[in-house]
Amino acid sequence: MNVKELIDKLNLNVLTDSGDFNREVTDCYIGDLLSWVMGRAPEDSAWLTVMGNINSIAVATLADVSCIILVENASLDEDAKKKAEIHGVTILSTEENSYRLAVKISELIK
Amino acid sequence: MSNAIHLHYDVSGDDFTRAGEASGSVKKRLKSLGYNSDAIRRVAIAMYEAEINMVIHANGGYCDVDIYPDRVEILLSDSGPGIPDVDKAMQEGFSTAPDNVRNLGFGAGMGLPNIKKYTDHMKIDTTIGVGTNLYLTVNVNE
Repeated sequence: MNVKELIDKLNLNVLTDSGDFNREVTDCYIGDLLSWVMGRAPEDSAWLTVMGNINSIAVATLADVSCIILVENASLDEDAKKKAEIHGVTILSTEENSYRLAVKISELIK
Repeated sequence: MSNAIHLHYDVSGDDFTRAGEASGSVKKRLKSLGYNSDAIRRVAIAMYEAEINMVIHANGGYCDVDIYPDRVEILLSDSGPGIPDVDKAMQEGFSTAPDNVRNLGFGAGMGLPNIKKYTDHMKIDTTIGVGTNLYLTVNVNE
């Protein structure tokens, strides 16, 4: 499963598009405490969060996740969006909550 | 070993949004040098946590990185208030970060514990009113 397929199958909104849509998604991680996420989110995972600030972009880059998915239509700060475009971090969004989206992702990547 | 690559970064104290630039840059450098991804990830996470700490608590500082073939050594130095109780600061969940930092998703008391978790050696020299030096080593296992 790659990012593009995830977008299509889950009907996700694309908020930044400079990232690699062919990148594999092999896992899923949910969390909003950035230090916690940074230490624990597996590489190549879809990271589900409500944190759309600029520090989320740094965390996504350092933890090497495949994409950030802002759940429940959590907002993305303008400076965060700019930084994500520069660093090629794909940010997606959905109105679904973390649990429901993760259940669907689990079906797709197993 | 003499063939270390030395990198130096200033960490701005008032700009939360720029934290992560030093660690991001080191990450890129290690990647281009062909270090293994586990080591790169550990260096990047430890450095980022330390950068964030410097921004939150110490009004910035600087960071020296020495890249050796078998390890990466990092010194993060600040002239901040110092850490009154290092043992307490090392406990997961203990934090003195203000609310505005918590709203950004930090201040969960994970910084130093994370740094310890991801490094092979960690030493804190801290003096109240003078500042803190944090020495980190990440071994690069092939």
